[in-house]
Amino acid sequence: MQRADLKNWNAIGDSYHAAKSADLSHDEQIDEMLSRDRQINPHWHGFMQALDTLGLAEMESRHKEVQRLLRENGVTYVVHGEQQGHRPWELDPIPLIISNTDWDTISAGLTQRAELLNLILTDLYGERRLIKDGLIPPEAVYAHAGFLRACVGLIPSGFPFLLNYAADLARGSDGRVWVLGDRTQAPSGAGYALENRTALARALPNLFGEIGVHRLSFFFRALQNRVLDLQYQLGQLESATRIAPHQKDNPHVVVLTPGPLNETYFEHAYIANYLGYTLAQGDDLTVWDGRVWLKSLGGLRPVDIILRRVDDIFCDPLELRQDSRLGVAGLLEVIRQGNVTVVNPPGSGVMENPSLMPFLPNIAKHLIGEDLRLPSVATWWCGEPKQRDYVLANLKQLVIKPTYRQPGGRPLFGSELSRAELDTLRAQINAEPHLYVGQEYIRFSTTPSLIDGKLKPRRATLRAFLFAEKNGYAVMPGGLTRCEGAKGELTVSIQGGGVSKDTWILAPEPEPHISLWQQRTGRIQTAGASEGLSSRAAENLFWVGRYAERAEGQARLLRIMMDKAKMGKMGLETSRLGQISPSTLFTETLGGEAREVSELTYLRSMLRSLTGLTSSHPGFANKGEQSLENELLSIMLDTENNGSLVSTLQALVSAAYAVRDRWSTDTWRVMNNIENLCATLEKSVPEDGDTGKQILTDLVLQEAELASLDQLMIFLSALSGLNAESMTQTVGWISLDMGRRIERALLLIVLCRSSLVAVQDEWVEDLLLESVLAAAESLITYRSRYRAALHFPTVLELLLLDEDNPRSLLYQLKRLQEQIRVLPREKLGYRLSEEEQLILEALTQLQLSNTLDLAERSEHTTQRNGLEKLMVRLAQILVDTSDVLTHTYFSHIQRPQQLTTTDNL
Amino acid sequence: MNYKIIHKTEYSYTHPVNLCYNEARLTPRNYAYQHCRDSQFTVEPEPRVCRERQDFFGNTVYYFTIQQPHNQLTVTVTSRVDVRSGEMQLNFAEHLAWEDVRQQLQTDRDPETLEIRQYILNSPMIPAMSELHAYAEQSFTSGRPLLEAVEDLSTRLYTDFIYDPDFTTIATPLADVLKYRRGVCQDFAHLGIGCLRALGFAARYVSGYIETEPLPGKKPLSGADESHAWFSVYLPHLGWVDFDPTNNQMPADQHITVAWGRDYADVTPLKGVVFGSGTHELSVSVDCKRVF
Repeated sequence: MQRADLKNWNAIGDSYHAAKSADLSHDEQIDEMLSRDRQINPHWHGFMQALDTLGLAEMESRHKEVQRLLRENGVTYVVHGEQQGHRPWELDPIPLIISNTDWDTISAGLTQRAELLNLILTDLYGERRLIKDGLIPPEAVYAHAGFLRACVGLIPSGFPFLLNYAADLARGSDGRVWVLGDRTQAPSGAGYALENRTALARALPNLFGEIGVHRLSFFFRALQNRVLDLQYQLGQLESATRIAPHQKDNPHVVVLTPGPLNETYFEHAYIANYLGYTLAQGDDLTVWDGRVWLKSLGGLRPVDIILRRVDDIFCDPLELRQDSRLGVAGLLEVIRQGNVTVVNPPGSGVMENPSLMPFLPNIAKHLIGEDLRLPSVATWWCGEPKQRDYVLANLKQLVIKPTYRQPGGRPLFGSELSRAELDTLRAQINAEPHLYVGQEYIRFSTTPSLIDGKLKPRRATLRAFLFAEKNGYAVMPGGLTRCEGAKGELTVSIQGGGVSKDTWILAPEPEPHISLWQQRTGRIQTAGASEGLSSRAAENLFWVGRYAERAEGQARLLRIMMDKAKMGKMGLETSRLGQISPSTLFTETLGGEAREVSELTYLRSMLRSLTGLTSSHPGFANKGEQSLENELLSIMLDTENNGSLVSTLQALVSAAYAVRDRWSTDTWRVMNNIENLCATLEKSVPEDGDTGKQILTDLVLQEAELASLDQLMIFLSALSGLNAESMTQTVGWISLDMGRRIERALLLIVLCRSSLVAVQDEWVEDLLLESVLAAAESLITYRSRYRAALHFPTVLELLLLDEDNPRSLLYQLKRLQEQIRVLPREKLGYRLSEEEQLILEALTQLQLSNTLDLAERSEHTTQRNGLEKLMVRLAQILVDTSDVLTHTYFSHIQRPQQLTTTDNL
Repeated sequence: MNYKIIHKTEYSYTHPVNLCYNEARLTPRNYAYQHCRDSQFTVEPEPRVCRERQDFFGNTVYYFTIQQPHNQLTVTVTSRVDVRSGEMQLNFAEHLAWEDVRQQLQTDRDPETLEIRQYILNSPMIPAMSELHAYAEQSFTSGRPLLEAVEDLSTRLYTDFIYDPDFTTIATPLADVLKYRRGVCQDFAHLGIGCLRALGFAARYVSGYIETEPLPGKKPLSGADESHAWFSVYLPHLGWVDFDPTNNQMPADQHITVAWGRDYADVTPLKGVVFGSGTHELSVSVDCKRVF
């Protein structure tokens, strides 16, 4: 290395050192990059050199790039509490760098700890010698809500318990790495670590190769292989009753998620997608004949392995928490029978118990004859009188935690509590001492983070991940680093507003890139079209189709209306509908008053369409035009109105989110754009109704609003294009397309009923025909095909019966019939299924109709009753079809009830 | 004494149930004072899967699933049990003072005592309450032998609380029972356990039956035509000693033990998850007769 090269990055280092010294709250902590004599540690040289070449300003712009990538990839974290919603994942572009030798020590310690915890778990759910021999005080286990008596004897002996393990680590002021906590039931974060790496590798592509950073894919490959081994191992067990033979080579693996409301749902979907497993919620699974099955569109499909992200107590409402809707009734008994493997088995949460920490050194000596290589943070368990006395005497200096971590529970920092709060805490500890521990408050090491274009010190913790291999554990060479967001926070958590970092373990030499796909040759999944898609996923895809189509229809109609309203204000001569618009004609031939009346008639008809489309009755259907502005506004922006455009968009996003693992990156980006636009629209809602008129006037006059509708149309078209072109045409796609067809057909029917059934003056009718054609995206087709003035029967022909027009009603019904035909079903001889009968009836009714007759005005009325009758009938059939599909294919899901002997004894 | 017990549970549903998973703890236990000769389950409709296992407490659990639509579920258990007459010679006065027992529970390090200590802790249906402590204290005068104090406590529960089958359900919190001073055998048992635990003793919940027909010249026992429940307290070196506060007696040869655990939740006679809409009605009958 040239001396000259060192100069600049030393400057960055010096300025970092200055920042650290200036920051009183961080000065005393050890730093990951700077040595005690303010030199940059050797393992940071490569990175700092690269940073110098890049420049901090460029790094800042790469940071923005990283954030953009993460946002577009939809990497989120669900935040509970006041500011609910999906929070974009925050990634600092400066990694935490750990040297190879340092990491060797850490990973050896982690492996030892995992092995030890596995032994303890096996004992606690087996003989409990550790308690009987006095190595663990009984209260530490028996009073811990994570110790589940139903899980004693659950796992056959010899089968590993702790397959998946994560530990939270931090470096203390003495330079040693300490274990702050253990995650043993369903550790989260590995997927975020992988996503962090992916995003950073795209933003800083050259760095990884040059510096030599350990790749993460090896770890996931080990995990995949181990999962296959598990299946084999389970098959070997004598206790397995095997009602159906296990598929040894191609097990069906599902990732069990609590669902989209869970804080780390993104990760569940991401991991399922990355590893090629099926994402399922509790309701998607059922126990039948002593096995677990996935309720898929094609029927029940056996499940061999469950990677669960549902907490222990929610896994089985029969034997664990009775009110759980997240688990599978009867699951524990299937595990006992050896017919399914759950990773980690329920009950493993008992090791997330800090009261065991003080006893680990002794247990390690007793069980494996070794000292702990990685110390736990100093912990005093209040269940022992001496330790309790220490905690009570030093309350102000310690971190106090309940031994059982409640969702949303945070540790208490004695130094932050008032006198009254300390007294309350003291009373709580005295009342149930065995439920509390005191822990040393560790001053975590700081590490450089990019803040406002400069490197500044931030305290960090690292979550490390391990997976049990056949012999020993594989440690992920990396992990999820979290550092404090705003300064001065005592906890470092993502839920609390922290920022994540990539973690670089330096490799002795660059490693080749490994794709998970290459590793899977020979074990290619040859699943049929319907396999792996749960009924729930299919239903959500169906609704994505319906909502996307509905939003498109609403947006298009709103745009037409706004154009017209604007045109009305500014004079009809500025019509934006096109040069040969008949409206131009009638402007010229009619006087002012007549024009106003006809405009109103036209507007009313269009508004009726809009109301019908958005199902926001009564709306325009009965109300006078006084409330027109407010109503229009409500239909567009009101989140309280279920039929509003914004509500439709929200429903679309939420249905799409529920099948997060089904979308390509590009599709998800489009979905993200829609979500953002939706948020923008929501913000523009006025506070009270009176201002509606003013706002609407502004809306109408503001090009920006029209532009946002235009933009929305483009996003929705992109979505539709991606759906059509980039989705494999399996049942998932079929469900989505059926949703689209049904919705598009219903929209057409609404348009026809509200605008074309009533007989109007000829020029109003022309105006309506033109608008309906525009709303049905068929205006251009009409013009290019007929090159003539609008002729009612011809328009009807194009809209309803033209098989070549992809917007026509007939086209939708034919497509729907094709999709319904290929749905998986048991053949009932020659009999058609209910949904096949329905669609056949609809097609027949439509095809037997005659546009000339439909266009005919009925005697003694101002209506086209034939058209109305046909449309009403078709609408009913379509709604029935949707219900039958839901009933037959989507809702295998029945709500469970608890049955207990409620008799009085 | 030999008994034949027929315990019949019936669920009637307003709408058909397609699928249900159940766990029954209805098989009488075998232990020093009792031998279960035979216990037969009959389930209608016929279960698709049934398995038997021992739970954490050593109770027999009968697991079954029904996978066909049904409007009614009937579980009938017929058991034959020999109860060895309570020959335990308990001379209260000679036994350890309660203070000493409490001390031993905390200091003895033998495996049995370490395991027993879990019964001192709170359990799902019996939370710690200062009222329980206050109520219990009156029976524990200084130096009194533990069993004498517990018998006094059990008698006070019998006297102070009203047996009222219409007042509580399984969901009634113990605090309400304490406040309104009424409940059923399950509540009486929970109260006794809560009081003992509040003072640092190990106590557990016992579910079972009592003889249906009253002995000649005696009034019938409460809870005789349904499942019954009482509590048990642990004495070092002696073991568990039962008390039935509902009938103000120490179970001898008229009580048949089915299962024990920390509280009712550990030994629920029959529980399940059913898939179907609608509601259900329950009827339970127990016939517990001496056979000669």
